[in-house]
Amino acid sequence: MADLSCNIAGIETPNPFWLASAPPTNTGDQVMRAFDAGWGGAVWKTLGEPIVNVWSRYGAVDINGTKMMGLNNIELITDRPLDVNFKEIREVKDRYPDHTVIVSLMVESDPDAWHDIVQRAEDAGADGLELNFGCPHGMSERGMGSAVGQVPEYTRQITEWVQEAATVPVLVKLTPNISDIRYAARAAKEGGADGVSLINTINSIIGLDIDSLEPQPAVNGKSSHGGYCGPAVKPIALNMVSQIANDPDTVGLPISGIGGVSTWRDAVEFIALGSSTVQVCTAVMHYGFRIVEDLKDGLSNYLDEKDMTLEELRGYSLPKIHNWKELDLNFAVNAQINQEKCIGCGLCYTACEDGAHQAIHAERRDDGRTYVEVKPDACVGCNLCSLVCPVDGCIEMVEIPNDFDPCSWEDYTENDGVLAPRPEHQ
Amino acid sequence: MSDSSTNQVSANFSDYKPALDNNAALAESNRCLNCYDAPCIRACPTAIDIPGFIKKIASGNLRGSARVILESNILGASCARVCPTEELCEGACVMHDLDEKPIDIGRLQRHATDPVVFNGEDRPLFEAGSSNGRRVALVGAGPASLGCAAELVQLGYEAVCFEKADEPGGLNSFGIADYKMSYETAIKEIEWVQQLGVEIRCGQEVGQDITVEQLYEDFDAVFIGVGLGGVGPIGIDGEEIDGVRDSLEFIAELKTKPKQEVALRGKKVAVIGGGNTAIDAVTQSARLGADRVYLVYRRGPEAMGAYEHEQELARKDGGIFIYNTQPVEVLGEDGQVTGLRCVRTETRHGSLEYIDGSDHVLDVDYVLRATGQSKLTSLLEQFEGLAIEDWGTVIADEDGRTSLENVWAGGDCVSGGQEVVNAVAEGKRAAQSIHENLQGER
Ligand SMILES: Cc1cc2nc3c(=O)[nH]c(=O)nc-3n(C[C@H](O)[C@H](O)[C@H](O)COP(=O)(O)OP(=O)(O)OC[C@H]3O[C@@H](n4cnc5c(N)ncnc54)[C@H](O)[C@@H]3O)c2cc1C
Ligand SMILES: Cc1cc2nc3c(=O)[nH]c(=O)nc-3n(C[C@H](O)[C@H](O)[C@H](O)COP(=O)(O)O)c2cc1C
Ligand code: SF4
Ligand code: SF4
Repeated sequence: MADLSCNIAGIETPNPFWLASAPPTNTGDQVMRAFDAGWGGAVWKTLGEPIVNVWSRYGAVDINGTKMMGLNNIELITDRPLDVNFKEIREVKDRYPDHTVIVSLMVESDPDAWHDIVQRAEDAGADGLELNFGCPHGMSERGMGSAVGQVPEYTRQITEWVQEAATVPVLVKLTPNISDIRYAARAAKEGGADGVSLINTINSIIGLDIDSLEPQPAVNGKSSHGGYCGPAVKPIALNMVSQIANDPDTVGLPISGIGGVSTWRDAVEFIALGSSTVQVCTAVMHYGFRIVEDLKDGLSNYLDEKDMTLEELRGYSLPKIHNWKELDLNFAVNAQINQEKCIGCGLCYTACEDGAHQAIHAERRDDGRTYVEVKPDACVGCNLCSLVCPVDGCIEMVEIPNDFDPCSWEDYTENDGVLAPRPEHQ
Repeated sequence: MSDSSTNQVSANFSDYKPALDNNAALAESNRCLNCYDAPCIRACPTAIDIPGFIKKIASGNLRGSARVILESNILGASCARVCPTEELCEGACVMHDLDEKPIDIGRLQRHATDPVVFNGEDRPLFEAGSSNGRRVALVGAGPASLGCAAELVQLGYEAVCFEKADEPGGLNSFGIADYKMSYETAIKEIEWVQQLGVEIRCGQEVGQDITVEQLYEDFDAVFIGVGLGGVGPIGIDGEEIDGVRDSLEFIAELKTKPKQEVALRGKKVAVIGGGNTAIDAVTQSARLGADRVYLVYRRGPEAMGAYEHEQELARKDGGIFIYNTQPVEVLGEDGQVTGLRCVRTETRHGSLEYIDGSDHVLDVDYVLRATGQSKLTSLLEQFEGLAIEDWGTVIADEDGRTSLENVWAGGDCVSGGQEVVNAVAEGKRAAQSIHENLQGER
């Protein structure tokens, strides 16, 4: 069993799996049950001046019969009194001193208000604070949440106010509803943040009920844009995490990765792109606290198999992310179909013929089955066929060696690089 | 043997391929790969665009899905239940090559068609074409004639089915194993077909109540879809005794009467034959609560014509298969069957012979004949000049054209006995051929 304990911004935590600030961390009872199940930490549901929620709050996108590939919500921060929350935080910390409790905060843009709530959170025993500058709905109309996160100066300013009062590490939770996440991360760092967490939810309209033509989730026939999360958003989150981790201005800034983590494999990706811990919300809202067992077990098996420590995995893939102009234009691959495995569904043919480069030949054999074959002189190695093929390992993209030196666009346009010949297009 | 309490007997006849719930249908429809030149389509006698209708279920377009199915096969709701999909579309599904369960095409088809066919339509999916003034008579109102007539009315013809029975549908109504589809379901589907404009005159036997000549006179073309006859005597002593029956009569009765009236609690049954009808008779006898059900077949298991999956079902229900055994006499007391005397057989030099001294008696209360349906030769002979095979089936080409001008035929009376889906397909093709011909005459 690999050692999963880790440290983020000075916070020691038993494992990198934290509950994100959301309904699973509404109450002390939930957080304690989560710790019993094996979660390493929890970011408490955002505290601030208690609000009043609407009743109908969530909507989901089901993809091809799979439920909740994307989830959206129009819920606001905690609707429970502050003193009740702080009392429960105290109780959790007393009973689970080794587990991490981060308290998420959001109050109006006033230094006194921030000083006050920071003090109360620390008094309750918080191991760290997370500043919610990400909530894209409701709170932003009141000048909080993403209204702060979208303006780097506000982010810097409020982080500074918090750091005036805080003694524990402070993470700033970033909104993805911006054009370049690096500006937000830089501002947080300038304000004194000890780390960042991302992504918060993406602004969205989850869909309409096309019978009533009402937007969802419908509140008495109407709705509002809400925050999108779940498996569907992971690629967006991975990109943003890697951008911050690779940005010379923020390199080394601790990151708690969030967005679509459902399995240990997702966690491996976030960690390899520079996250210290990962936070989970939708997957827990879907399947409960118990999923942490496989998150930990899978990650541990993976590390053992790779003979790697968690620390070694962290950021491992970052050097492999480059600008497009640095990629090798002379690296050629072709699709190769394993006829033994092929079931003759013809999906590769349809995809390539209509959606790519007309590089697969299909014919009906005497036995009535479909036979497919790659035309090597037409294949540009785009991967599409291998992506649609339903059979594991049936289409492989194999390297076509050539005698040319690697040559990127940069080499080609600026350094006299030589391009290998490409397939001729009809 | 199946449980025989009254409630259980009814439960024994609940749907063998039950409806899918919405979520299950969605998940299953998304499992389909949407193959190019899909083998399942080629395995369907009516060539339904199977991935096409399945992906419409996945998109939530159930009405469009039903249209795709019913355009190809007007009895798509029946076929969803009664087709031997294991042998047809599902048998051809590429999922087998992945060692996965094939797509549940039958139940998906049911999911798409049931709402249209059984729930009443606000906007009918299909309508009769504008009248072209031509009339076609159809002999019989089984699947073949219904497939033909439905296509004809959409092409603008008046289509009139003459049916000798009091209710339409042929074996689709009266012969299909009850746990696949009930009589009521079949009849309801036909009512839906009638809404299209297909006219059915029940209680009208051609050759009896109306002559072939009259059909020629009153109609521009005739389609023969009379199917086959009953299962006649096999020619052994004692067959007249009460308790010896044609298995088709037995099945028709259990389908149309309340189950408690036809239950076989405490009874022992012998079914003679080795085809699908015999197997259906075994399974249904067992499900009616019989104490013991024998299948008596004169050859070995390898020669049995019944589908493997149907045999398995019959065995699971407790059917006892006795191979290489030939019934020679029905025994009775007080006019009631008490036993079936049999001998063992073996195949010597390619011919079936009795084994001396192998006489034995099966203690049974009923004997059901399932040794093959007879041909309706005397009716067919009334179509003067109609070419018929030596074994009594009508000779017709791919389009259903017979040796007679303006007479087409299809279904079991041509094939000698296939499936509902084949009959519908042949009827539809004949309709298109009729259309081509009558149009040409104009
Ligand atoms: C026991 C049994 C079980 C079966 N199970 C299945 C199954 O599970 N799945 C499946 O796909 N297929 C099954 N079949 C086969 C299927 O029922 C037939 O292939 C199909 O019904 C043939 O249709 P048809 O229209 O050709 O003939 P039929 O269904 O036989 O219809 C012919 C019609 O013509 C009428 N008729 C006959 N003579 C005259 C006349 N002189 N005047 C007027 N009307 C007349 C008859 O009354 C009948 O209504 C089964 C068959 C049997 C016997
Ligand atoms: C392989 C690929 C190449 C694309 N190239 C372009 C492009 O050149 N220009 C552009 O405006 N969008 C491009 N797009 C984006 C698409 O137009 C579209 O906006 C995007 O895929 C989202 O739509 P979809 O997910 O519904 O397909 C590309 C998408 C793909 C998958
Ligand atoms: S997609 Fe894969 S399995 Fe299907 S035909 Fe192509 S190679 Fe064969
Ligand atoms: S063969 Fe199977 S997977 Fe392919 S289209 Fe037909 S049902 Fe779908």
